[in-house]
Amino acid sequence: MADLRFDLAVIARELNGNSGKRVLDVGCGDGALMAALRDQSGIDARGIEINSELVEKCVSRGLSVVQGDADTDLADYPDKAFDYTVLCQTLPTSTRPDRILDELLRVGERAFVSFANFAHWRTRSALMFGGKMPVTQALPVSWYATQNIHHVTVEDFCALAKEKGARIERRWFFSGGREIGTPGANWRAEFAMFELSGGLN
Amino acid sequence: MGRTVKGAKLCISSVRAELVEALSNLFASCAVSNQEQTYQIPDDLPLDSGQSLADAQIAYETYGTLNAARSNAILICHALTGDQYVASEHPLTGKPGWWERMVGPGKPIDTEHYHVICANVIGSCMGSTGPKSLAPDGKPYGMRFPVITIRDMVRGLVTLLDGLGIEKLHAIVGGSMGGMQALSLAANWPDRAARVLVIASTARHSAQNIAFHEVGRQAIMADPAWAGGDYYADAGNGPEAGLAVARMAAHITYLSEEGLTEKFGRRLQDRDTKSFGFDADFQIESYLRYQGSGFTQRFDANSYLYITRAMDYFDIAEEHGGKLADAFAQSTARFCLVSFDTDWLYPTAESRHVVHALNATSAKVSFVELSAAAGHDSFLLPHDQLDRVVGGFLNG
Repeated sequence: MADLRFDLAVIARELNGNSGKRVLDVGCGDGALMAALRDQSGIDARGIEINSELVEKCVSRGLSVVQGDADTDLADYPDKAFDYTVLCQTLPTSTRPDRILDELLRVGERAFVSFANFAHWRTRSALMFGGKMPVTQALPVSWYATQNIHHVTVEDFCALAKEKGARIERRWFFSGGREIGTPGANWRAEFAMFELSGGLN
Repeated sequence: MGRTVKGAKLCISSVRAELVEALSNLFASCAVSNQEQTYQIPDDLPLDSGQSLADAQIAYETYGTLNAARSNAILICHALTGDQYVASEHPLTGKPGWWERMVGPGKPIDTEHYHVICANVIGSCMGSTGPKSLAPDGKPYGMRFPVITIRDMVRGLVTLLDGLGIEKLHAIVGGSMGGMQALSLAANWPDRAARVLVIASTARHSAQNIAFHEVGRQAIMADPAWAGGDYYADAGNGPEAGLAVARMAAHITYLSEEGLTEKFGRRLQDRDTKSFGFDADFQIESYLRYQGSGFTQRFDANSYLYITRAMDYFDIAEEHGGKLADAFAQSTARFCLVSFDTDWLYPTAESRHVVHALNATSAKVSFVELSAAAGHDSFLLPHDQLDRVVGGFLNG
């Protein structure tokens, strides 16, 4: 678990002891979270990943991963096929984040969603004082090369969840790769993660 | 002996004398450890058509050692014109095994760890019972051979596994028609394989697939030498011309336009200008003619009719009440499907269709579309990423 990225480590920690539960990791990358869930908690984890080389890495770890696009291929999964769906640091790259959120909560009983917070003070000050699209630790790629086409803030996400009728079960905020407290999170958090339930309004 | 791959050659009871002679010459000349392996199916083999096949036999090759628990067997299923010589020299052509780059010691399907079995399907012509085999009346079946299906082929393979005492395969692996057999085993004998690896294949034949096969069949049947399928008496005077045309047409479907353009373009064959005739002016023409005529040396025209028919009848969903997901409802196997982006014979959408069905049943499924220039045939050609997916899936 020590090798997991901070948001994935929280999921692995929170789901520990949930042996036999089913998890779908959307945009699962090289399968690090899935492998941890399987090996440490006996969780039945599946994945979707768009990059064929990453899918190949997952397959060679004995993981079940389907090459596909989160924007279109979640539709292939039946309702509530999973206990949890996971979408970590992928939301801003999707063409319609709102629809993905619908799908995550249709396919899973609950969803973990993490993303870089565009309202972090460094991002704000880069825009405010630099007058340029921010290039920060959390958002390291220039505006013309980034895959993020829908930047989002903590406040935006909470509003979208509310609009969807999704219930925010838990929330975590991160700065410098560590968990931080909730107060002033929309200013202080480089990354945020939410656990949602319900939805489908 | 000289090679660590332990191939085993078959002996075909019904084969012509010269073939037997060729085989024995081969045994004498090559250093592969040979063991004649033909399985006699003990009972009549029931067929989907309602008929049954009496006294049928299956010729097969094995590589690597079966462990004491009999749990390390991998069954490789061959494609339309393939055979059991997956990693050993072909007795008629002298060419290396058709998947030698994939199967062997230290290769992705590692014969140092796994006991690999590859059997000739029924209906084929390399030692398993097919239209050129002798019927109970002592004459070749010809068109009296019953029409078979992919499921019938797999039923034959299952009897072989029974005979070998292999209850559950570590994996069943197949490309193209081999993939159809793997899917058919998963759907109809869900307890017989722990892993199912399906490469460049489909769960049903499309109208376009059937159309190309029909062109091939009509080419064979239009050859006067086909003689209603009763051409075996006059060796060497069968419907070679028709079979070659069938192969040429099919071969185009195995390649991509990109691959053809790269390999041949509009280049001329051994000449500087067009001949203003109907010789093989273009390299592609010469290549196809070569493929066609080479094929007739090793394959039986009637087998081509029967096996293409079996593929055309293939539709796993239809076998299971019209819903593909229902076909896999009983399966606990892990699945892996691989497609190639330039394969227009069994395009990625067909693999996705299977993945979709497997997702609906919560099966453990992986899927990857690989990039390759060579079209459908890519699964037979060197491809590092394919090697890693195959090795990773089998060992994972």
